Parts: sequence; C-alpha cells; structure tokens
Amino acid sequence: MTNDSVVTIQNLVKQFPVGGDFFTALKDLSLTINKGEFTGLIGPSGSGKTTLLNIIGGLDSPTKGKVSVLGQALNDTSHGERARLRRKYMGFIFQSYNLLPVYTVFENVELPLILNKMDTDERRSMVEQAVESVGLTDKMDSRPNMLSGGECQRTAIARAIVHQPALVLADEPTANLDAENSHHIMKILVRLNQELSTSFIFATHDEKIMAYLRRIIHLDDGEITEDEIIDNPKARD
Amino acid sequence: MLFKIALKNLLGARLRTFLNVLVTAFSFFLILFMSAMYDGMLQHAKQVTMDTEIAGGAYWHPEYDPLDPMKFEDAHSALPAEIQSLVDQKKAFPVLVSQASIYPGGRIMPAIMKGIPPDQNIVNMPTGALAGHDDISIPVLIGKGMASDTKLKVGDVFTIRWLDADRTYDADEGTVVHIMDTENFKLDMGHIWIPLKKAQTMLAMEQEATYVTYEKGLPTVQDKGGWIPRDINYLVQDMEAIIEADKPGAIIMYMIILALAAMGIFNAQVLSIFRRGREIGTLMAIGMTRQRVVGLFTLEGGLNAVLAAVATLIFFGPILWYFGANGIPLPIDYSEMGMIMAKRLMPIYTIGLIVSTTVLVSVVVLIVSYIPSRRISRMQPTDALRGKVVA
Ligand SMILES: Nc1ncnc2c1ncn2[C@@H]1O[C@H](COP(=O)(O)OP(=O)(O)O)[C@@H](O)[C@H]1O
Ligand SMILES: [Mg+2]
Repeated sequence: MTNDSVVTIQNLVKQFPVGGDFFTALKDLSLTINKGEFTGLIGPSGSGKTTLLNIIGGLDSPTKGKVSVLGQALNDTSHGERARLRRKYMGFIFQSYNLLPVYTVFENVELPLILNKMDTDERRSMVEQAVESVGLTDKMDSRPNMLSGGECQRTAIARAIVHQPALVLADEPTANLDAENSHHIMKILVRLNQELSTSFIFATHDEKIMAYLRRIIHLDDGEITEDEIIDNPKARD
Repeated sequence: MLFKIALKNLLGARLRTFLNVLVTAFSFFLILFMSAMYDGMLQHAKQVTMDTEIAGGAYWHPEYDPLDPMKFEDAHSALPAEIQSLVDQKKAFPVLVSQASIYPGGRIMPAIMKGIPPDQNIVNMPTGALAGHDDISIPVLIGKGMASDTKLKVGDVFTIRWLDADRTYDADEGTVVHIMDTENFKLDMGHIWIPLKKAQTMLAMEQEATYVTYEKGLPTVQDKGGWIPRDINYLVQDMEAIIEADKPGAIIMYMIILALAAMGIFNAQVLSIFRRGREIGTLMAIGMTRQRVVGLFTLEGGLNAVLAAVATLIFFGPILWYFGANGIPLPIDYSEMGMIMAKRLMPIYTIGLIVSTTVLVSVVVLIVSYIPSRRISRMQPTDALRGKVVA
C-alpha cells in the first residue's frame, strides 16, 4: 500500500449463506484506489457492486482476503472502530437518499457533525457551507417531504461531504433521478472532488454517470472484467 | 447529544408520539389518582376514628379486649388514682363496657352496652342526648345502622337484659332517645350507649369503668395502676389493617393499567424499529455505533415518560386538582358496609406519592423501550439499510 492509496483490496472473497449453501458474490477480487480518484464500479444488477461498496465502507465484512481503507486494515477492526472510521473519514450517498424524515435539510446535514461532537458554531458554518455547495441554501429549513428527488439527493450529498471526508461512497446515486437532475448532481460531485480532493467511488450502471468518471472498473458476476483509466471524461469540458 | 436527537425524532413523529404519550399520561394519572384516593380514604378514616372514638388515646383495664365480649364481665374496676384525677379534671372520661341482650320488637339480639358520661366533650358523639331523662328508666343512644337493624325509632321502648356484678340476670326497659348519624361504624354496629351512672347502677359496679379515653395532647400518666395505655397508633391499627387488606386489589389495578401503557410503548417501539430499519442503517453508515443507536431508541421511548409527565400535568392536572380541592362524592353509603368513609372522598397527593409514581412509570417505560431496542445491536447495517430487519 502506498501513501496515496485510499483503498487496498487483496484477494477479496465474499460469500452469503443461502439456504445451507453459499452464494459467492465477490470472487477473489484485488483492487487499489488512490487518493482523489473519481471511480465507478460498473456492472449489471447482481454483479456485486453494492456488496463491494459495503465492504469498503466497513458495513459488511469480507469472507476471505484483506481489505484496507484509509490506512486501517478492516479485518482487525471492531464494529466501533469501523463506525468511527465512517464517522470521521467517510461519507455515504444512497440511491434512495435515506434522509431522516423528521429532520430539516439543515438538521440532516448537521447530523454527522453532531456525531463527531463538533460545537454548535463550527457546525453551523460547516453545514451552511455544505448546503450552499449543493445549492440548497433557500431550502435549509425544509423537511425532505417538501423537497424534489433532486433536492433530496443534493441534501444527501451535503450530508456526505459536510465533514470533509477522505472518501465518499455512492451507491446508484442517480438511479431515482431524471437526466437533468443526474447531470446536475454529477457536476456538483465533480466540483467537490476537485475542491476537497475527496475520493469518490460510485456503484452504478447509469451511462450518464460513466461520462464523468476518470476510472471505470467493470464488474461482472463478482469479478473485475476490465479496469480502464479515462483521461478526458466525455462530460467534462 | 443523543438526547437532542431523540427529542427531535419524537417531536417529529407527531401522532405516534402523541398517542403513546397520552396512554402513558393516562396511566400516570390513574395511578396517581387512585393512590391519592387511597391515602385520602385512610386519612379520612383515621381522622373520623380519632375524632369520634380515640381522641388522645386511652387506658384500658388489663382484662379488656374489645374483640372478646366474653371477657367484658371481668374487665372493670375503679380507676387508678392518677387516671381518676384526669377524669375529675374533665380531661378524660370513663366508659363501662358490658354485654347485654336486647329485645327490639320481640326479637332477641346480642349487644355491647356502653355507659358513657353524657357531659363528655372529648369525642365527637352526641352523648348530650342521654342527659336529663329523669322520666325514663334507661335512655339509649344508638347509631343509624343499629336503628335500621333493630327497626327502632326515637321514643321506641325495648327490653334490655344484662348480667350484673353478682352474676345474676336483670332486665329493664330502654327508650331510644336519639339516633346518631356517625361515619364511625364501630360506634354504631351492635352498640347501645347509655349514661355511665345508669350503667354503673344497673351492673352494680359503682365508680367502675372498663376504659378511659383522654383528650388530645396529654402525656401518659406516671402510675397507671396496672391499666394499659393505648396510644393513637395502637388504636388506629385495626382500621389501617382493614384498609391495607384492600391494597392488593388496588395494586393489581395499577399493574393492569401500567401494563397497558407499557404494551402500547413496547408495540410502538417494536413497530418503529421495524419501520425505521433504513433509518437505523443510515445512522450506522453515518458512523453511529450500534450501542448508540440502541441508546437513541431507548431514549426516545424513555422520553415518552417525561413527555407523559408533562402531559399528565397539562391534561389531567386540572382534574387532579379539582378532586383534590372538592373531593369526590360517593354514590353509596359505605358505612352500612362496615367501612369508615366520607360521603365525599378527598384524595391526598403527597410528594412521596408523586415521586414514587414518576419513578415507577419511568422505569417501566425505560424497560419496555430498551427491550425491543436491544435487537438493533444484533442487526447488520447492510440488512438495516435494505430495510430488512430480523429479530
Ligand atoms: N445479504 C445477502 N444475502 C444473500 N445474497 C446476497 C446478499 N446481498 C447480496 N446478495 C447477492 O449477491 C449478489 C450481488 O449483489 P449486489 O452487491 O447487491 O449487486 P449489485 O449492487 O451489483 O446489483 C446478488 O446476486 C445478490 O442477490
Ligand atoms: Mg446494488
């Protein structure tokens, strides 16, 4: 592992127990992702994208193999330590936004900072900055049920980046959005990637996202079939 | 921090929270109210007994046992000097107790015949009604309950038969001079009250008595002459025992009410954990540890108790206050059932009652909030995120 690597995976196998037997979702997978990358895990439904993302995020554990994230070998960490790693250094974006319905935009975005025990003033300015960077300043006090899908996902993005994490994991972030909103969101993410030097890993099969990626890792049936670096992504000027 | 989030979640889930809180508040109210009624009943019964019967306490003849009428015939003597001196100073009055048979309307009934000085004013009894009936052989005072049992009215004459000091039977006519309406059934049931002097003459026990009741605030005499001092605490014991004997029923009642509230919260808690699986997963993904999520959900449930206390104050406080100030009219006359009860019950709210009820309800609510929340700690974040929650 070099100093620049954010994720290092060696010979990862993930099996799920299925009725007395095992289903192998990831088959002997090795991979390194470096700081500042804007990478997509691309593949058809059921190819293992979410499973891989969950393991990188420490939400699920490998059956075999070594996984190291942000310098921490996840194999030897406890639940609590993995929670701390996520709290401090990671952000998550989900397909279905997963905003807390009873919270306002401000409160949703504030939550990771509260978990990190930041004081009120610091929280306020960081939340305002994050909300501003996704263009939702005028919706600060709205609840999710008052927002459009695109606005919900922008709120979720603000929540994922508010504590300036080293790594953001996004699972099908545009799957519930129309083309216009998808592009809007990807542009925001590209900008944040450049400004914060945060690494992004996407799991997607959305062509629109692919056009923004700098690296595309193709997954099929739990195996990497292709790993391409893209110097000039189509959607970027 | 958890507290703030929990409160926000709770207030955000308006209707669900409102219903839970209302049920809890209602059980809070019922427990508080019923306990206060109990205390009020006890207090009232004590007050009435002290007022009409016990006063400051009594000295008993060593052989006297109010529950054993067979021994009445041995339980009398002249008063020890110091006790006699209290009587002379009008700080105490003697009572002579004996067994008698009465024949109202031709029937025979056993009775406890008590001679009491008509001019006493130490206990609240209309003994004055016994005074000044020179034309009547034996003036008799009875209670309402006794009057209805014997079908006697004021002015009715009936035969009284008794065993005098020489162990010979004697009989004479008694005349009802007054029927008293007393809340203390112990002065009523089976009792006939006659003037002390008359009783002493009838029984050939001149200057003798069975017990002496003294006024409130008197210290115990030095030389009791073998008589037994019975203070207020002793004398209210049997009555407290009657009321205590009823308590298990009341406790079962509270348990049922509390169980209903607990079940409501338990259900809401289980439901909310199932329905909020994705939220739980999200919190874990954002970096909350499982223990904290368990803590958060437990706290949310527990806050129900706090909100319930507030709701009790707001919704039921005025009712509690109203009954506390005005009492509750009772539809039945319980004195006929051998209970000392006011026509209006005054609940009594003590700090102890309020504190213990609050603690009890809070502990129960915390437990039923914690038990369902515990399963979160066995949940996989990935399952939770997919909204899949397994027990
Ligand atoms: N908890 C699980 N138990 C059993 N099988 C699972 C579980 N999670 C995922 N799988 C299976 O693993 C495979 C990969 O799933 P997933 O990572 O969600 O794919 P993708 O995100 O690429 O659509 C699928 O066949 C899926 O059915
Ligand atoms: Mg998936």
